[in-house]
Amino acid sequence: MNETQKRHNISLYVENKPGVTIRIALVFARRGYNIESFVGSPAQDDRYSRINIEATGDSQTLHLMLEQLNRLVDVIHAREYSDEDVIQKELALIKVRCNNESRTEILQITGAFKCRNVDISDTTMTFQVTGKSSKIDAVSKMLDKFGVLEVVRTGKLLIARGKEETSW
Amino acid sequence: MGYISGGRCLRYSYPIVKHSFLVKDPKELPSVINQAFHIANTGRPGPVIVDLPKDVTSALIDVDTSGEFTLPGYSIRKEGSLESIKEAASMISSAEKPILMVGHGAVISGATQEIKAIVEKMQIPVINTLLGKGCFPESHDLNLGMPGMHGTAYANMALCDCDLIVSIGARWDDRIAGSPSDFQPQAKKIHIDIDPVEINKTVQVDCSIIGDAKSVLNSLYGFLEKGNTQRWVKQIRRLKREYPLKYKKEGKLRAQHVIEEMSRLTEGNAIVTTDVGQHQMWAAQFFKTEHTRHFLSSGGAGTMGFGFPAAIGAQMANPGKIVVAVVGDGGFQMTLPELSTAVNEKLPIKILLINNNYLGMVRQWQHMFYDNRLSGVDLEGNPDFVKLAGAYGCKGFRVKRSADVRKVLGAALAYNDGPCIIDAEVEKYDNVFPMVPSGASLDKMLLSMPRKKLEKPKGGT
Repeated sequence: MNETQKRHNISLYVENKPGVTIRIALVFARRGYNIESFVGSPAQDDRYSRINIEATGDSQTLHLMLEQLNRLVDVIHAREYSDEDVIQKELALIKVRCNNESRTEILQITGAFKCRNVDISDTTMTFQVTGKSSKIDAVSKMLDKFGVLEVVRTGKLLIARGKEETSW
Repeated sequence: MGYISGGRCLRYSYPIVKHSFLVKDPKELPSVINQAFHIANTGRPGPVIVDLPKDVTSALIDVDTSGEFTLPGYSIRKEGSLESIKEAASMISSAEKPILMVGHGAVISGATQEIKAIVEKMQIPVINTLLGKGCFPESHDLNLGMPGMHGTAYANMALCDCDLIVSIGARWDDRIAGSPSDFQPQAKKIHIDIDPVEINKTVQVDCSIIGDAKSVLNSLYGFLEKGNTQRWVKQIRRLKREYPLKYKKEGKLRAQHVIEEMSRLTEGNAIVTTDVGQHQMWAAQFFKTEHTRHFLSSGGAGTMGFGFPAAIGAQMANPGKIVVAVVGDGGFQMTLPELSTAVNEKLPIKILLINNNYLGMVRQWQHMFYDNRLSGVDLEGNPDFVKLAGAYGCKGFRVKRSADVRKVLGAALAYNDGPCIIDAEVEKYDNVFPMVPSGASLDKMLLSMPRKKLEKPKGGT
């Protein structure tokens, strides 16, 4: 990965209205940012939504992009959280190939990561993993040798620690 | 929504509007219209689209429906931070070779008086961008006109030698900065802008003040202490004397001559509109603008076909003023049907058609940088514009010889029963100078066509 191409975590507090997502996506597209994950849902006050975006792009233009996001009429606040101590979680469903020989070993590994077994068949098992994105990466790496058939991830969620309000 | 020509207008317009609304519930309409006007007119103004589906336009609503609104995501920092204003004031006070660069933001905020006060107290020369023309009178001793790609030689030379540039609502566009990464490294830079996105976007600045130009300059004035710019002002005067804008008055009729004469005859009182191209740059150089909002051009959008429709708007809004649309033969033909509007409304617009039978600016680039291999620029199918005027029931004049310029323009200015076209048949192969090749720094300015072959330009068209 290019020195200046870095993964950034951006959290937004926006109006819960149609068209907001496309305006935000256009800012990322215009600055040549690739969106890796995008999570949006209504906030506690349902007139607003919280959006977490993980995107890869040029660190030098990040400041400019945040200003452009903040300039959008529908965006109340936009902030970067890449290097800050925040609570960060992600959920993933991992489907792995298995047979009679490998089943026990898979269960041992997933047990060590506190994964929940949500589906089981003759030839497959599906696990639910929650935690930091790096934990999910580690689980899927450990399961690779058995044959990972599918991984579905929610994308990263962020919330500020203590009394501080997220994305303010 | 989405039938015949009405569909999906929001989807196409996202990148080019400040904001947009789709009204689904007719009851929202009063509030949305109020929001639309508020957003369009405040801060950095910009177009707002309100998309009204047919069922909304034909619905009946209660006249008492509330038009109230809140926009929690839209706030404007009007006053600049006192700390940065003080910092800027001390930078300006101690500068020996400062320059003010006045842009469209200064015009929008109506900062003419504030700029004048600072210039006169501090004795600082002023340059204006294309859209900043008129915010500070171009006849003023300390005005250097427009810098940049086709700016005046003395403005560019002054920029190359200054020690401080203060941008007031100007965004260091590439037509001025040329190569933004090495734009005047010898000078400190201050940027006053209401839009935080513009700060450090193309050129890195040493001090930024986010706020409305008028309000910022007002409080800045109080912190300024008169420095010593005497030698600098002398140097500026010498540059103005030694490198004036010039063209040959003998031989074939020159666009510069027609435009300069029109400027002289209207004495800075005309509202000038332009298209995009050579005529636009000559208008910027030779039409001296004295008042704010008296030079209307499409600026960074760079759209041809803007000049004449803009003139219609300007004349409608200012019935008592002289309105001159300086247009090229290429751009004018993009919006010809508007002639009917101008004739119907009896608008006395002077359409000054700089007719060189070419898309002249593109021809100039092909000539200078591509060995004169001309492609798609010859407008040999042009109509007879005087006959065309007649076909629309509009008055037509023609000028072909330098000796007739004053007479013909005088006659056109005396005709006020409706629009007129002045078909100025000018030299076909003239190029606009000075010119800084696109993407090059200002010290690479060319004052005339060089003998040796030029490299292909690095910057955008």
